[in-house]
Amino acid sequence: MASISARRLAKELHEIQTEGCPVGINLLQADDFAAWQFTIEVMGESLYQGEVFTLLFRFDKHYPISSPAVQFVVTDGKTSPVHPHVYSNGHICASILGNEWSPVLSVIAVCLTLQSMLASCKKKERPPDNDRYVRHAPDNPKKTQFHYDGNSP
Amino acid sequence: MSDYSLSDDDYYNDEDMFDITQDDDDMNMDDYTEDFKVDTNSKRKSYEIEYESLNQPAVEKLMQQDVAYIIGILGVDSSIAARLLRHSSWNKERLIEKYMDNPNTILVAAGVTAPEPPSVTSPIRTHIGDRRTTRSASKIISTLSSSSKTSSKASSSSYQPAQTRLKAERFVCPICYDDSSDLQTASLDCDHLFCTGCWTTYITSKIRDEAEHCIRCMAEGCCLVAPDTFIQSALAGEGEPTWARFQELLVRHFVSCNPNLKYCPHPGCTNTVSCPAAASKSSLTTVVPAVSCGARGIPGSPEALTSAVAAKEHYFCFGCPIDSDHRPVVCSVAKMWLKKCADDSETANWIKSNTKECPKCQSTIEKNGGCNHMTCKKCKHEFCWVCMGPWSEHGTSWYSCNRYEEKSGTDARDAQSKSRASLERYLHYYNRWANHEQSAKLSLDLYAKTEKKMEDMQITSSLTWIEVQFMKKAVEEADKCRMTLKWTYAMAYYLARGNEKELFEDNQRDLEQAVEELAELLEQPIEADAIPTLRQKVTDKTVYVHKRNEIVLEDTANGFLEGRWKWNARVEGFDEPDQADLV
Repeated sequence: MASISARRLAKELHEIQTEGCPVGINLLQADDFAAWQFTIEVMGESLYQGEVFTLLFRFDKHYPISSPAVQFVVTDGKTSPVHPHVYSNGHICASILGNEWSPVLSVIAVCLTLQSMLASCKKKERPPDNDRYVRHAPDNPKKTQFHYDGNSP
Repeated sequence: MSDYSLSDDDYYNDEDMFDITQDDDDMNMDDYTEDFKVDTNSKRKSYEIEYESLNQPAVEKLMQQDVAYIIGILGVDSSIAARLLRHSSWNKERLIEKYMDNPNTILVAAGVTAPEPPSVTSPIRTHIGDRRTTRSASKIISTLSSSSKTSSKASSSSYQPAQTRLKAERFVCPICYDDSSDLQTASLDCDHLFCTGCWTTYITSKIRDEAEHCIRCMAEGCCLVAPDTFIQSALAGEGEPTWARFQELLVRHFVSCNPNLKYCPHPGCTNTVSCPAAASKSSLTTVVPAVSCGARGIPGSPEALTSAVAAKEHYFCFGCPIDSDHRPVVCSVAKMWLKKCADDSETANWIKSNTKECPKCQSTIEKNGGCNHMTCKKCKHEFCWVCMGPWSEHGTSWYSCNRYEEKSGTDARDAQSKSRASLERYLHYYNRWANHEQSAKLSLDLYAKTEKKMEDMQITSSLTWIEVQFMKKAVEEADKCRMTLKWTYAMAYYLARGNEKELFEDNQRDLEQAVEELAELLEQPIEADAIPTLRQKVTDKTVYVHKRNEIVLEDTANGFLEGRWKWNARVEGFDEPDQADLV
C-alpha cells in the first residue's frame, strides 16, 4: 500500500487535474510527490496587479500530519512579492504553515490563503527584520519554526 | 572568640579583627562545635538542604491528588478535571475561581467542550489577521472534504472504532483519502471524523516529534483537546513507548508548573526532586540547593552496571540550570563565572600568549613576523618588541635588542604588566578551576585501572573484597573535594579583597593541599605486600580530606547565611558592592 502521503497527494493532484485550480492559481509542475510548483497571481484590484509569482511546495513523508514547506521561488529571474510577511528569500511567515497547520488543510487551501494574504496587503514592504533573517535563514523554511519553538527536544 | 577558631588554628590569633561577627559568636560556636564533634550526627549541616527525591509514580500520585481534589470541588469527571488542571498550569485556586466565575469559558479554553457555533475561532493568524483569508480557505476545505459531511453521528469523545464504523461506504477520511468500506473512524466530542490510522499517526507525531502533551482535534481551527483515554486507545496498537512518553510529558508539565519541584536534568532520568526550601528566588542568596535524585549513571547503559564510580550520582542544582553540584558558591555567582569562562577563557589565553600592548596607547598588538622594530598602527609609537622601550634609544643596533635593563624599557614593561593584571588575575583563577576539573577526570580514569588491579589482587592474594574498597572511597572523596575546590576558585575570583577573602583562601589552600596529597597516594604503584600500609595511609588521608572539605563547605555556607561575603562585582540578589571593592 502506498504511504498516506503519496495517496493523499495523488488524490489532491487528481482533484486539481479534474476540477481545475481556483482562479489565479495554476499548476506549474507536479512530477513527483516531493515538490510541486504553482503560479499565483492576485485577481482584481490589488497592489500586485499584473505580477505573477511562483510557489514551491515541498512534502516530507509525514504529510499531511506535518505541514508542507512552502515558499516563493526566487531563482531563475523569479522574485518573491514585496509583502510584510514575505522575506526576500521567498520564506513566508504565516501561522497555518507553522503551529496552526491542520492535516485537513490541502495544497490548494494553502494557495488560496496566500493569495488572499497578498490581496489584502495595504502597503508593499519587506518584514522589518528581513536582512537579518535572510542572512541566517535555513534552506528549508520549516526549520525556522523550530528556532522559536522552546520545547523541541 | 571567633567562630572561625575551630576551622583552623591559624585563625586563632586573628580573632580581634572580626568585630563584625562578634554579636552572634557564642551561638555560632555552639552549633559548630556540636557538628564537628559528632560526626554521625543526623542533624542537617548548614551547607545541606532538605529535599526529597520522587520517582515518576510518586509524582503521578501527586497529580492524582490534585485531580481528585478538583473532582471533589467542581463535581466533574476525572478526564475533565485533568484537562482543566493542565490548562490552568495546575493552579488549583485560580482554576476554581475561574470555574465558579463562568464554567463554560474555562471549559472551552481548556478544550473540553466546543465553543458555541457563532464564535468560530480564526484558524489563520498572520500579522494582519485578515478575516477574508480565513473564510476563503475554509470554504475550499469544505468542498474538498465534502464527503466527510455524511457523518453526523453523535459520538461520545471516546475512541470506539467499532461503534463509529460507518455503514455508508461513502466516508472518505479527509486526511488520507482512504475510502475502504471497512475503514475504522473516531472523533472527539466535536464529531470531526477521521480514520483511526490517521489519528494514531497524528498523535504519535505530536508526542514523539513535538513533545506535546496537549493534543487537539485534527480539524482546522478545532480547539478540542483529546482526553487521555482517547489517546491511550489510539496508541493501543502503536506500542508502549509512545504512551509511556506521553505519561512522562504530563509529569514534566506538572513538575514545571510547580516551583517546589524540579525534574532531574540528567539524560534519560525520569526522577523529580522536591525542595520547597529553595523554591523562592530570594532564598538562593543564602543557600546552595545541591540535590540529587538518587539515581546513578545513564539508565540502561552498560556503565551503570559495571563501574559504580563512572556511573555518577545525579547531582544537580535545584536553583539554577547547572547540572552539577556547585557548592560552595551560590547560583548567581556560579552563573556569572560560567558565562565569563564561556565568553573569555580561550580568547584571554590566546591574547596572553600571542600579543603585547603598545606602551603608549595600550592597543593590543600581535606580532606576526618581521623585525623587532614595532610601529603602533594606531598611535604611530615606535618601540622594541623585546624590551618594550622606545625605539629611538636603540640607535643603530637595529635587529637585536641588548637594552633589556635600561630604565625606559623597564618602565614600559611595568606599565604593560599593570594593564595585563586583570587578564592575569582571571587566568589565575580560570587555570586552577580548569585544572581541578581535568584532575577529577583523570582520577576517574586512574580508578578504573586501579579497580582492575584490585580485582586481580583479590584473586592472587588473601585480601577480601571489603579490604580493597578503600580505594573506591578515596577516589570518590577526592572527586567530591575537587568539585568543591573548582567552585571555590569561581567564588574567590568574585570575592572582594579583605580578611574574609583571606580566610576563605586559607581554607581553600588547606583543602587543596590535602587533596593533592591524597591524589599522590592514589597514584602510587600497588604491590600486594605494601597494601596494608597503603590502605592505612589512604584511609587516614581520606578522613582528613573529608574533614577539610566539610570545613570549606560549612564555613562558606555560614558566611552566606550571615551575609559575610562581599563581592568585587555586581551580583544579582546581593547589595551593591563598595566602590573601592570593584575590580
